[in-house]
Amino acid sequence: MSNELLFQELGLDNQDLKKMLYDMILIRKFEETLKQLYQQGKIHGTMHLCIGQEATAVGACFPLNNEDKITSTHRGHGHSIAKGTDVNKMVAELLGKVTGHCKGKGGSMHIADMKVGNLGANGIVAAGLPLGVGAALTSKMKELGYVVLCFFGDGATNEGAFHESLNLASIWKLPIIFFCENNLYGMSGSIKEMTNIESIAVRGSSYGIPSETINGNNILEVIKATQDAVERAKQGNGPTLIEAETYRWEGHSRSDARKYRTREEEKEWKKAKDPIDAFKEILVSNNVINENEFIELNEKAQNQMKEAVEYAEKSDDPSLDTLMTDIYA
Amino acid sequence: MREISYSEAIKEAMTQVMREDNDVFIMGEDIGVYGGAFGVTSGMIDEFGPERVRITPISEAAISGCAVGSAMTGMRPILEIQFSDFVVIAMDNIVNQAAKMRYMFGGKAKVPMVVRLPAGSGAGFAAQHSQSLEAWMTHIPGLKVVQPSNAYDAKGLLKAAIKDDNPVLFYEHKMLYNLKGDVPEESYEIPLGVADIKREGKDITIIATGMMVNHAVEAAQKLEQEGIDVEVIDPRTLVPLDEKAILESVKKTGRVLVVYEAVKRGGFGTEIVSLIAESDAFDYLDAPILRLGGVEAPIPYNPKLEKAAIPQVSDIYQKCLELMNK
Ligand SMILES: Cc1ncc(C[n+]2csc(CCOP(=O)(O)OP(=O)(O)O)c2C)c(N)n1
Repeated sequence: MSNELLFQELGLDNQDLKKMLYDMILIRKFEETLKQLYQQGKIHGTMHLCIGQEATAVGACFPLNNEDKITSTHRGHGHSIAKGTDVNKMVAELLGKVTGHCKGKGGSMHIADMKVGNLGANGIVAAGLPLGVGAALTSKMKELGYVVLCFFGDGATNEGAFHESLNLASIWKLPIIFFCENNLYGMSGSIKEMTNIESIAVRGSSYGIPSETINGNNILEVIKATQDAVERAKQGNGPTLIEAETYRWEGHSRSDARKYRTREEEKEWKKAKDPIDAFKEILVSNNVINENEFIELNEKAQNQMKEAVEYAEKSDDPSLDTLMTDIYA
Repeated sequence: MREISYSEAIKEAMTQVMREDNDVFIMGEDIGVYGGAFGVTSGMIDEFGPERVRITPISEAAISGCAVGSAMTGMRPILEIQFSDFVVIAMDNIVNQAAKMRYMFGGKAKVPMVVRLPAGSGAGFAAQHSQSLEAWMTHIPGLKVVQPSNAYDAKGLLKAAIKDDNPVLFYEHKMLYNLKGDVPEESYEIPLGVADIKREGKDITIIATGMMVNHAVEAAQKLEQEGIDVEVIDPRTLVPLDEKAILESVKKTGRVLVVYEAVKRGGFGTEIVSLIAESDAFDYLDAPILRLGGVEAPIPYNPKLEKAAIPQVSDIYQKCLELMNK
């Protein structure tokens, strides 16, 4: 379907569209800011940036409401922001501050915010899938009507937990969406070397799950696929597997020299397939925004990040006596 | 009071709580018409239906994660792992997810779930179906570990475990399933973290866990004829551990034997010995602390070898005689 047709079919109003563009820009600024903070030695440990994958995060979360849940991954900053998680508290968490979402105990890989249905990032590859299956089971058993969307990477689909979760969700017809961000690599392992199949989506058919592969850098396509999946889930028709093709611009984590791929490949994705540029073009050509407004949105996001960093830096470290709290309920 | 078996007591605990609380459900392989590998859940599907007695595929990684996910969103799942040995396939969800969730999220999640784990040797199932791995779980902050030794305790402890807001590993011994005992019909709970004195005595304290509690009591009865008065302490829960009850008994008798079925090296009894050694009860000891545990080998198939792999009543008897001569 052409962008124009999609545009009409999705029936999004200008406010929605601007908000989505803003969220994508905010995610990028967030990641760029973190990169700087890391280089300044203000963030310890590691972190996994999702620059280049803004359309999947924002597009997949757009059809969800606050009751709907997500589970996320080690590369989860974008998912959290898209689900409505407070950015100030996210930066605070990354700086290990007590005002962080997890009181400074979680860090980058464990940001969670139950209030907006963010069941948490996860340091274990594919672990979010069975957790999501459980949350979807709760929805079904208590007739709560919410859906669960599980984010994971292409690498995660070679874990047993992926296969077991798809099967379980399928036989129980659970309201869940398995959303694969296929960014072509799991650390250094390319999808071509790590699987012998033409797409991740084909794996859904083994479990009787409707599946499709979409362009994950076109947010309209992402919204369309997710909206359909949400609809299917809410009508009691069970899970969907979505494979969204995208690319991570940065290395796997901060220590990655990216020897397993070429700079040409990177350039191509950054130039021709930037999801933010692509969305901006669509919005400009449909007269939703103009160039000036785009610049304003960028400035606004930059300012929001500045405030978030100030908030986090002003915050206190957790006191030592919290070392032994929150272990047991 | 009526007598029922350990397995019936476990079923009664689950049934009573499920009648009171719609959020509680059970999940596991073959737990429906089959009643689970040991018949513990037999008939439950007739009362509660397939929604709340959820038969799962053979998928330990998925069902354990599903239990965690449903627990953190408002349900209270009870997961049966068919043989406790298979929990190793579910370990990520127990060790890295259930146990960590609350802490990692700064207190903003709780994971009220129970994992039922048929464990132990004696039935000829050999090395992959007979282990006692409970010490592994005690090493993980965020988990609670329960090990009932009789029907009465099993019912009361399981009820407390289901009502607890934390992940609880509930170790059932396969050879105890048919053991009958007095169990009240009405609902009762045994709080986690409270030990029980299974037999009072003044000469020796035996701290035994799981199946070994029963062996220790039997040995104590025999030792009585030798004029040796043995006290048997059953911690009942390994985490939280009733340290006070153990140390008080040690101070009273001055002689200690720790007995457990798991491999002696690195088993939970080792922890109990350390507890005593590090406490002021150490000053009350009249002899070195002795330990009896399983041999450092996988559980063998041959019945004679299988028996030789774990402490028997006669071994406990012998060790107590040794203790008195020191
Ligand atoms: C079970 C497990 N194995 C290995 C790792 C180390 N690890 C972290 S992220 C990652 C790559 C994951 O790739 P993918 O799922 O494609 O996600 P992406 O990083 O591309 O977003 C690996 C191997 C881990 N965290 N957990």
